[in-house]
Amino acid sequence: MSSEQEMLDVSIWRGDAQSGKFEQFEVPAQESQTILDVVSWVQQNQDPTLSYRYACRVGMCGSCAMMVNGVPRWTCRTHVNKVLDGNKLEVGPLRNLSVIKDLATDMDVFFDKWVAAEGLHHPTKSREEPIEQITSDSAERMEANAGIECINCSICYAACDTVTGNPDYLGPAALQRAWTVYNDAKDADKQVVLDAVSGVGGCLNCHSQGSCSLHCPNDLNPMNAIAGLKRATAASFFRRGR
Amino acid sequence: MLDIRLYMLQRITAMIMAPLTLGHIAVMIYAIQGGLSSAEILGRTQGSVMWFLFYGTFVVAVSVHAAIGLRVIVAETFKMAGFALSVLTWSLCLIFLFMGARAVMAVTML
Amino acid sequence: MAVFLPAHFYVLSLALTQPERLDSLLQWSDQPVVKFAEFGLVFLLAVHIFGGLRLLAMEFLPWSANQKTIAASAVAGAFLISTTFFLQAI
Repeated sequence: MSSEQEMLDVSIWRGDAQSGKFEQFEVPAQESQTILDVVSWVQQNQDPTLSYRYACRVGMCGSCAMMVNGVPRWTCRTHVNKVLDGNKLEVGPLRNLSVIKDLATDMDVFFDKWVAAEGLHHPTKSREEPIEQITSDSAERMEANAGIECINCSICYAACDTVTGNPDYLGPAALQRAWTVYNDAKDADKQVVLDAVSGVGGCLNCHSQGSCSLHCPNDLNPMNAIAGLKRATAASFFRRGR
Repeated sequence: MLDIRLYMLQRITAMIMAPLTLGHIAVMIYAIQGGLSSAEILGRTQGSVMWFLFYGTFVVAVSVHAAIGLRVIVAETFKMAGFALSVLTWSLCLIFLFMGARAVMAVTML
Repeated sequence: MAVFLPAHFYVLSLALTQPERLDSLLQWSDQPVVKFAEFGLVFLLAVHIFGGLRLLAMEFLPWSANQKTIAASAVAGAFLISTTFFLQAI
């Protein structure tokens, strides 16, 4: 048993929406350790008042998303040795969301924008009619496929500089969902979707910097989805007259 | 102004200006061979309808494009919004338009 | 670039009212430091244009993985054009 336990120098953000600061903790380094392990260790052994979120801890629910060394990541899927800066780590709450306490953010705005982008189904048929046949290799279906695995973890939203600069901006996740609905051949009201995404906070604000697609842990591509929405809104604009 | 209109104006003026800008740079590279003087410039441009149209279009397009572009930057960096933002946008557009038109007239009118 | 524009327009309009001033300004602009600044400006302009063309391509053409290649060639093209300008201008 080595007497010399290597320690990590971990800086964790504490506070709430009004104020806060980074607090330092010394955490024993393990051979194989995730950021979530580090945060849990601090809460269990050093400071039980630390607030943070996690659920599945195996990289499928998205609840543990936080800023690690300035980058939004799933902490249960981020190995310490991949992001260690010397022996320092900095863990903070997700950017672009207001903080409830410490590392837990208020996701309300994210979900409100999800709804505002009209990412809901507008049915064409009733239950009495036969089921609509959709081929899995139609162009629209494949386009929609690219975005349906979104689990609303909000990492793209935290990564997006346009969200930071524009409080009305609906954000990559909400817009990507609108695009998948738009590409659903069963959807009756595509114009409503287009109207929802071409307003003041809509897809047109996207600068195509690509942070969303770069950081999505599910390898989705909201930037592409938003480009598709821009194409659709432009086409609709020309069709309806200037 | 509605956002889709601003966006389309931005994209359309960009598409207009892409060939105009490349043309302008090509002309400049040619024109500055062996030094440049006002007499030389005027000798080429005065009285020319073609240059008037070329640069006239350019000025209109860039006034719109730059005003909208600056509008977005100011809104996102300084969080300006609403009426103040619109006033700024229109002022910029008109300033560029006025100064540019003056420059075009200066070199093409007889 | 936005700051440069009004200055550019102003100088050209001098041709109408004060041609001697325009001439002396043109002579001033023959200085190397001005040439260097012009090079910087054209480089920025080229980056802006190719970045914009990349945006137009992404938004209106159904390209995908090509985006990265295009973005890379955007900077390449920018550098090429600005270097040409600089070389011709000396």
